[in-house]
Amino acid sequence: MHPAPSVILFTTLSGLGFGLLFFLGLGMPDVTGMVSFVFFAIAYALAVGGLLASTFHLGHPERAMKAFSQWKTSWLSREGCCAVGALLVMGLYAIGTVFLDTQWTLFGVIGAVLSLATVFTTSMIYAQLKTIPRWNMPLTPAMFISFSLAGGALLAGQETMATALLIIAGMVQLGYWSYGDKAFAESGTTMGTATGLGDRGAVRAFEPPHTGSNYLLREFVHVVGRKHSQKLRMIGFGLGFALPILLLLVPFEGLMLKHTMAAIAVLSHLAGIACSRWLFFAEAEHVVGLYYGKR
Amino acid sequence: MTELPNATDRKMGLVIDLDTCVGCHACVISCKGWNTENYGAPLSDQDPYGSDPSGTFLNRVHSFEVQPKPCGSEQAPAAQLIHFPKSCLHCEDAPCVTVCPTGASYKRVEDGIVLVNESDCIGCGLCAWSCPYGARELDLAAGVMKKCTLCVDRIYNDNLPEEDRIPSCVRTCPAGARHFGDLGDPDSDVSKLVAEREGMDLMPEMGTKPVNKYLPPRPKDQMEDQIDILAPLLAPVAEEAGGFLGWLDKALDKLPGNSTEGAN
Repeated sequence: MHPAPSVILFTTLSGLGFGLLFFLGLGMPDVTGMVSFVFFAIAYALAVGGLLASTFHLGHPERAMKAFSQWKTSWLSREGCCAVGALLVMGLYAIGTVFLDTQWTLFGVIGAVLSLATVFTTSMIYAQLKTIPRWNMPLTPAMFISFSLAGGALLAGQETMATALLIIAGMVQLGYWSYGDKAFAESGTTMGTATGLGDRGAVRAFEPPHTGSNYLLREFVHVVGRKHSQKLRMIGFGLGFALPILLLLVPFEGLMLKHTMAAIAVLSHLAGIACSRWLFFAEAEHVVGLYYGKR
Repeated sequence: MTELPNATDRKMGLVIDLDTCVGCHACVISCKGWNTENYGAPLSDQDPYGSDPSGTFLNRVHSFEVQPKPCGSEQAPAAQLIHFPKSCLHCEDAPCVTVCPTGASYKRVEDGIVLVNESDCIGCGLCAWSCPYGARELDLAAGVMKKCTLCVDRIYNDNLPEEDRIPSCVRTCPAGARHFGDLGDPDSDVSKLVAEREGMDLMPEMGTKPVNKYLPPRPKDQMEDQIDILAPLLAPVAEEAGGFLGWLDKALDKLPGNSTEGAN
């Protein structure tokens, strides 16, 4: 799949933003006033920024409102509904903590659930696609949710929980790569089933339908970046999980140093997740490539 | 709504004969020609006369080579070249319809045709992601999703002569490799053809239940005695030149110098 920067930016940032909103909604950290305002500002900047970035790849962003209508069948529509719901409810909760020094627990809990639901619906947009075997597994939603929770806990300053969640997310990541590498072969889809000619003999793509490229090849057959995928996996894993966990476990003296290290851990995690998300798209192989003899 | 209908009254679709298709791409051109100036946004081209031309097509013809396995101790039969036209299969369980967030994609109850309402399409591309067959292409100029309409603006068009009320690709195919009809009716010509020739689904494991069927190529492992039926008609009529030309030929042969051997 073509790793579109807008979609990578969207899933990385909004995943982190909604993860932070989840913890804020549950009263972690238990803050009010100005401190609460800063936390909510960061969460909204990430979540809304990500959502805005995602509209950049639309052919007609001005019609985006229509996308809230098909929640009965479409995960993309459900994602839109959940995201707007989460942002509205958490906005009410934020007004309480920032300006009125009160925590409306009910709004907080509903907002937290909606925030997590947003991340889940995002993941299901990818996980539902049978055409991309690497995405079509339960580990895809597990990965999105564990990343979001780990990043959210890290941003919310919940050190113990962040360490545990980062370890879980790291393990899910390894599992996703391990199972994902086998997914295409296990899906049973080959050039033989794609053409229906498989039981007659070995099928080979002889001539493509056109001499130039086309939308399908640009969108679905991205082979350029896969060359470095093993190196990028190590970089993504190191930055996203190993380094933040190390920074959380090493005891630092002094508040200033502690905050600096926390900031480094957050930035490192963000870079690592962006790297993993780039691989999520670049390594994903769409079955339509089979018609072109490509993967 | 992007909910699929439980059942459609008819299942209009195409039957494509892989045995007959000669790979001439006439269906590709006639499809582009008809659909660029009729239903919906035109099928745009990018850099059409430059070094990297590309464009939107609703129908494309691939070519595959199949190398049959050897049968017992015998030598493997000769490899077969198969031309493979591919467009929307108007699936019964069309994933492209249910993923659409705006309701722009829909499957018609009356004839099962899968269409895009272009004024509702936001161009997110998710339907193309969900299609295993590469049947949908986002038009870069219009920013909306384009797909085969089964020439919905031809097949019911009273302004056209009756013989033209079939999809443009079917009307154009010079080899008769494309057939159009109701695949939901077991007595229709296309259904009989599918039954007789054991028509097949593409990627049945995807669970899309395509309406369009493909007729498998017949095996071609026997060389017929007379391959070229025109050969007897094209054999040289006069082997030896006679009359004035015969005299001239002989006279020129007698002159000193070399004549090209065998020429007469």
